[in-house]
Amino acid sequence: MDELRDLNTMPVPSELSNNVFVTTIDRFVSYIYNWGRKRSVWPMMFGLACCAIEMICAAASRFDIARFGSELMRPSPRQADLMIVSGTVTKKMVPQIVRLYNQMPEPKYVISMGACATGGGPFKEGYNVVSGIDKFIPVDVYVPGCPPRPEALLQGLLKLYEKIERQSVRAVPWYQRGESEAIPVPILGPDLIDPRRLPEIRARLAELRARQGASTETSS
Amino acid sequence: MTTPTKTKAAPLAELKGDLAVLKEKFGDAVQPAEYEGVVIANDVLVEAARFIRDELGYRYLSSVTAVDYIQEGYFEVVYHAYRLEGGGPLVFKARTPRDVATVPSLVSVWPGADFQEREAWDLMGIRFAGHPNLKRILLWEGFHGHPLRKDWKEPYYEEEHKPFSSRWPSGHHVRAEDRVFWHDNVQYPLDWDPDQVEDTSDELLYIGMGQFARAETGELVEPKSLRTERLVVNMGPQHPSTHGVFRMVVTLDGETIVRLEPVMGYLHRNHEKIGERNMYLQNMPYTDRLDYICSMSNNLGYAIAVEKLLGIKPPERAEYLRVIMAEFTRIVNHLWAIGFLLNDLGAFFTPALYAIEERELILDLFEEASGSRMMCNYMRFGGVAHDVSDDWIARAKELVYNRLPRAIEELDRYLTHNELIKARCQGVGVLPPDLAVAYSTAGPVLRASGVPYDVRRAEPYSIYDRFDFDVAVRYNGDVYDRYLIRIDEMWQSLRILRQALDQIPKGEIQAGKKQYMIRVPAGQAYGRVENPKGELGFYIVSDGSPNPYRYHIRAPSFINLTALNEMCKGHKVADVVVILGSIDIVLGEVDR
Ligand code: SF4
Repeated sequence: MDELRDLNTMPVPSELSNNVFVTTIDRFVSYIYNWGRKRSVWPMMFGLACCAIEMICAAASRFDIARFGSELMRPSPRQADLMIVSGTVTKKMVPQIVRLYNQMPEPKYVISMGACATGGGPFKEGYNVVSGIDKFIPVDVYVPGCPPRPEALLQGLLKLYEKIERQSVRAVPWYQRGESEAIPVPILGPDLIDPRRLPEIRARLAELRARQGASTETSS
Repeated sequence: MTTPTKTKAAPLAELKGDLAVLKEKFGDAVQPAEYEGVVIANDVLVEAARFIRDELGYRYLSSVTAVDYIQEGYFEVVYHAYRLEGGGPLVFKARTPRDVATVPSLVSVWPGADFQEREAWDLMGIRFAGHPNLKRILLWEGFHGHPLRKDWKEPYYEEEHKPFSSRWPSGHHVRAEDRVFWHDNVQYPLDWDPDQVEDTSDELLYIGMGQFARAETGELVEPKSLRTERLVVNMGPQHPSTHGVFRMVVTLDGETIVRLEPVMGYLHRNHEKIGERNMYLQNMPYTDRLDYICSMSNNLGYAIAVEKLLGIKPPERAEYLRVIMAEFTRIVNHLWAIGFLLNDLGAFFTPALYAIEERELILDLFEEASGSRMMCNYMRFGGVAHDVSDDWIARAKELVYNRLPRAIEELDRYLTHNELIKARCQGVGVLPPDLAVAYSTAGPVLRASGVPYDVRRAEPYSIYDRFDFDVAVRYNGDVYDRYLIRIDEMWQSLRILRQALDQIPKGEIQAGKKQYMIRVPAGQAYGRVENPKGELGFYIVSDGSPNPYRYHIRAPSFINLTALNEMCKGHKVADVVVILGSIDIVLGEVDR
């Protein structure tokens, strides 16, 4: 990177100024790099619920996601760039989803497809439903709808391209020093447990117990 | 705590027909129940069930479910059994006090009760004495509580019934997260120690499999010349061929399957709990999301169940529209199923693309009629939501007379006599007819095993008694026949569609006024329809309020899976994928 930085600050010689497209190197590199990868985002073959059917339709002949370079659905997370969370995220399933996300190599992106994946949707009040996948993994694009039409998913994909286009090689997390941290996998106990929230859960449980000690009324 | 009001009618005065025979045989152990059926004492339940199956001839146990009568202080387990020759159900019930919560298991009489009893244990907390494998099925081992009990409250609990008065308390919306103590859709019991977090649900599962594998050693199918080791392999929940988030844990001996255990619940969306808080009409869009390929026919099943309680009939035109939509749905579903069966066979996506192409054309019709491609929400109690134009009928006719026959013909021509398909499908995953009945399988799975049982014929609903069609049946019970029967059924659906589209009269599409909040007279009803995947039933208990007291869904995909172990034993891993594809499940309905 250091050489790049030097190049960056070098003035363009005057005799070349008509022939050279002046840009900073990292912008130029980023442009080429992003141009190359944005049109071949490979989604993971991963369907959760009804929205997955519309995702399949988006891949089929009428809507043809191949026009945008994303027809290669990879069954293995190791080969995928994009996770389309297409459907209701349940408590029983979320440990698997987080594990899959952790297994995807960087750079990786997430599209949350449909009302359920975005916020629980029609099933939000259900006892086994997670109120949106973004409680656990970072989401890049939200696609509203129940289910979103295939066109809506395609638009979500185009939005993702815009996001990819704007990323700078220098700033993206996956070229920084050190390893990026995996997201702790949720645990199924008496209810779903997010390990990151354990201290909070402990405190709240203590509060509840104290309250119960104060009055005989039970609450859960 | 507010307990729901429960008004119970007086028990039936007099028992008729087979119920009277039952009463005669078992005397005081059989008592008339309210509304319908009999209550059988727990100590003779198994014996009576055998009598019902063998002597009275109700060989097919359609549905097992439980109701929590909290005010009366007992649980009631409700069974619906049918004769294969057709006709109405024999309804019998068992009761157990809430604090005992145990009834004898009927798995020894009807193996098809297996998963349904496990579901009742999981969600209602009723133990079934003598059940071979009474584990949770939709939730995970270790979950706190049994959610369908009337005194169990979900984390986002607001009120017993919708419409919630708190929806817009001061003119703005409050997020559920901000309202509840845990700030999330979770709750933990007081006596739980968060420092002991360990997920042991899977360990239990694997230990169970190991034990079983040892106990069954004598039963190996393939002669062994090599010494092989048993191996437990997981397929799913994220697996390209499990049709969604379904998981199978298989014990292998070499590459041969010794035992397979389906693990489900990864898409358990709590339809029934939500449905019991909803008003009747609010459940209609939720039924779309059960079997999300066939939203139209799910609507029909629910509408019919509620109409039974209401005692109304839709006008002629609406009946025709319902049949037209339901039969188009069957074609959509079977196209999809065949496309993806081929996917599972390794013909990656090409046949599916052809199937989806035709499906899109039918979806266009659905969209025009209902406003949505997939989630149609089209039927109403006593009618349908929207009328269709003459132009719509003309285009539907064009599809039915020209386009679809060509498409089915094409599938048939390229696939049916294909060498590879025959080699991979014939003789694989055989389910003999007696087992198909015993396991309560339904729909194409049952009929491909040589049992010509179709609800449209056996207990006609809507106006199916007017149409001329054959019940498709095939006799080998293997994957190939389950493929063929879907082709046959599409031809039959086209026959029905031609008649319906030619005969449809003009007129009203809704009996009475459109109503948002209906009151349903107190009672119990089991409405069932022949869905593309099998018999879809809705068991509804009404207490006369605007919300169902109990709302249970008999999901064909779920119950068909009971026989999966039986079909897969002795085959190879690669065959499992195909066998599963031939059952044709959809996870929205399996897990509900
Ligand atoms: S958003 Fe709607 S269509 Fe999508 S998974 Fe949820 S319920 Fe199904």
